[in-house]
Amino acid sequence: MTTHACDSCAATAELERMGVKLDRFDRVVALAGNPNTGKSTLFNALTGLRQHTGNWPGKTVTRAEGGFEFNKVRYKLVDLPGTYSLLSASHDEEVARDFLLFGRPDVTVVVVDATALERNLNLVLQVLEITDRAVVAVNLMDEARRKSIDVDVRRLSRDLGVPAVGVVARTGDGLHALLEAIDGVASGATTTKPARVTGTPEFQRAVSQLVPLIEAAAPGVPNARWIAIRLLDGDAQVEDALRTGRLATLAAEQQHGAERFSRKIALEGAQ
Amino acid sequence: MTSRVAADVVIQRAAALRETLRSGFRDEAVRSIFTEATRVARRAARQVADRRLDFDQRVDRIVTSPVLGLPIMALLLAAVFWITVAGANVPSALLASLLFWIEDQGAGLFTALGLPWWVTGFVWHGVYKGLAWVVSVMLPPMAIFFPLFTMLEDLGYLPRVAFNLDFLFRRAGAHGKQALTMAMGFGCNAAGVIATRVINSPRERLVAILTNNFVPCNGRFPTLIMLATIFVGAQFSGVFTSIAAAGAVVGIVGIGVIFTLAVSWGLSRTVLRGEASAFTLELPPYRRPGVMRILYTSLIDRTLFVLWRAVLTAAPAGAVIWILGNITAGGTSLAQHTANFLNPLGTAIGLDGVVLLAYIIAIPANEIVVPTMLMVYMGTGQMTELSSFADLKTVLVDTHGWTLLTAVNLMLFSLLHNPCATTIITIYKETLSKKWAAVGALLPLSIAFLVTWIVATIW
Repeated sequence: MTTHACDSCAATAELERMGVKLDRFDRVVALAGNPNTGKSTLFNALTGLRQHTGNWPGKTVTRAEGGFEFNKVRYKLVDLPGTYSLLSASHDEEVARDFLLFGRPDVTVVVVDATALERNLNLVLQVLEITDRAVVAVNLMDEARRKSIDVDVRRLSRDLGVPAVGVVARTGDGLHALLEAIDGVASGATTTKPARVTGTPEFQRAVSQLVPLIEAAAPGVPNARWIAIRLLDGDAQVEDALRTGRLATLAAEQQHGAERFSRKIALEGAQ
Repeated sequence: MTSRVAADVVIQRAAALRETLRSGFRDEAVRSIFTEATRVARRAARQVADRRLDFDQRVDRIVTSPVLGLPIMALLLAAVFWITVAGANVPSALLASLLFWIEDQGAGLFTALGLPWWVTGFVWHGVYKGLAWVVSVMLPPMAIFFPLFTMLEDLGYLPRVAFNLDFLFRRAGAHGKQALTMAMGFGCNAAGVIATRVINSPRERLVAILTNNFVPCNGRFPTLIMLATIFVGAQFSGVFTSIAAAGAVVGIVGIGVIFTLAVSWGLSRTVLRGEASAFTLELPPYRRPGVMRILYTSLIDRTLFVLWRAVLTAAPAGAVIWILGNITAGGTSLAQHTANFLNPLGTAIGLDGVVLLAYIIAIPANEIVVPTMLMVYMGTGQMTELSSFADLKTVLVDTHGWTLLTAVNLMLFSLLHNPCATTIITIYKETLSKKWAAVGALLPLSIAFLVTWIVATIW
C-alpha cells in the first residue's frame, strides 16, 4: 500500500463530498462488488451520507448515486447492485452488466473483500472482460490482518493488469490512494492491460472468427471480444442489442464526439 | 450504421460456431474464470500465521461432502421427525382430553339453558370440535417441529442443504435455490410458494412454484405420522415403534423429493423448456443459534401463524361436516350418500369414497382430513377423537377393511394431491395467472390419482 502523509484523515484535503449535488460532473465512476464487501461503506465514505436513491429503470433494483470532487474534477458515483458474477440472468446482474456495457463509466471500481480474495476475484475477472478502465479496491484490509492474511496488493495489481489499492472503507484508510488510482485511470495517465481468460483453442478460434464480423456490424464497438463470448453463449439480450443497433449507435456516438452515452444513461438512468 | 442483416449474420455465425464447441463449453468458461481467480488469489494472498483449517471449513468438508452430505441430511431429517413423533404424542393426548372436556361442558351448558339440540350440535359438536381437533393434533407437533427446524436454519445448515441438492436440481433443469423453497414447504406450502421470490429466473421460479406441493406441509404431517404409526410402527415393538414410524415418514418425504425432481425435470423439458441458470451460493459462517430468536421465530411467526390459518378454515369445515353428517335423506346422511357416490373412484385407486369425500371437504385445510374420515366411518355425525391409536386401528382395519395398501396409498395421495386453497390462492397471487394456478392444483391431483391407481393395480 502506498503511504501518504494524510492517508488516515479519511477524505483528505482534495476530496469534496458532494452528496446529491449532481447537476454538474465531469466523470462517471461505477462501483461494483460482491455483496457484503463494504461497498456501501465505501460509497458513503466517498460521497458523504446524502445520496440519491431510486430504482433502475424497469427493475425493482435499488440504484444509489452520489457525487464527489477530487483534484478539481467532479465525479458522479453510481452504486451497482452487489453481485457475485455477471453471468446469470438475475435482475441484479443484468443491471450491473448493462451499466458497464452500455453506460460506459469512465472508471469502474470493483470492491473486493481482502479476506475472501479468491471468491471476489471471479467478479473482477468478469468485469475486466467488459472494460479495461477499472480499479480494484481491496477492502477490509484490517480484517485480513486480524485473520493473519497477508495481501500483496502490488502483485495483485500486476497480475490483474489494473491498479489495485488496499483500503479500509470504515476508517477511510487508503482512500487517498484509491482516489489517485481512479484519477489516473479516468484521465488516461494510467494505462491498463487487464488480465483476460483465454479458454480452449476451439473457443479462441471461435472468438477470433466472430470479432471481425461484430466490428463490421457495429463499427467502433470497443468490446467486440466480450460480445463475441456472449453471443457464443447464446445471450439473448446481447443478440437483441446487436439487432436493434443499440451497440452500433453507441459506437457511432462515441466516434462523432457526440455527448458521451455514459453521461446520458448515468443521468437519466436509461435509454 | 448497421443493418439488421449484418447483425443476423453475426448471430447465425455465432450459433454455428457454438456447435463446434464442446457441450460443456458454458461450464468450461465459468470454470476457467474460477481457475484464474484461484491462481491470482493464491499469488496475492498468503496465510501468514500457521493457522489450522478453521472450524467452519472442517464441518463443511463433512456435511457438504459428496459421499456423506446426503446421508447426514437424511439422518438429521429423521432425527427431527423422530423427536416430533415421539414428543408430540403425550401433549397431543393431554390437549385433546382438555379441549374435548371443554366441549362436553359447553354442550352441557347449552342443554341446561334449554337451547335446541341442533344449536348445541352445530356450535359445540361442529364448529368447536373442528377447532379443538386441529389445535390438539397440530399444536404439539408444530411446537416441536418448528423450533427444531428454525434451529437448523439459524445454525446456517439450510444453505448447505441447497448446496448438497443443487446438482440434482440442476440436472432436473431447475434452480438450486429450489432446495431452499422446498425446505420452506415442509412448514407450509403457501410460505414455500412465496419463498420462490428468491429465484430470479421466471421459468425456474414457476417450476419451483408448481412443484412445491410435493413436499408434505405441516398440515399433512399429522396424517402421515398417524398412518406411519398405526401401520408401520405397529409392526415393531418398544422404542423401534417410533423409530420405524419416523423412518416411514422420512421415506415418504424422500418420495416427495423424487417427485419434485421428476416433475421439475418434466416441466423443464416440455412447457417450461430451458437450461438451469448458474448462481453463487455463499455458505455463511455457522452461528450459535440464539434461543430467544429461535423461540420467537418458530412460535410466533410460524406456529401461531399456521395454527391461526388452520383455525380459520377448520371452524367452517367443522360446520360443514356437522351439517353433512346430520341432514339425512332416506335414512342415510348426506355425507354417507356422497361417500357412496365417490366409492367406485376411491376403490379404483386403493382408497374408498369416504377418503375422497374427506379430501374434498378438506380443500381449505388439509389438517382435517383424518377427523372427517372418522366421522363418516363411525356415523356419529360429528368429528371423533379416539382415545388411542389402537382404537383407531380397530376401526380402520376391522370395521372398514383397511389394508396396508390403503395406508400406503393414503400416504401417497396425501403427499401428491392438490395443495390446499390457501396455497392455490398464493400461487395465483404470485404468478398473477389463473392458468398457472389451475395447473398448480390439477397437475398434482392428476399425478396423485395416476400414482395411487398404478400402485393399487400392481399391488
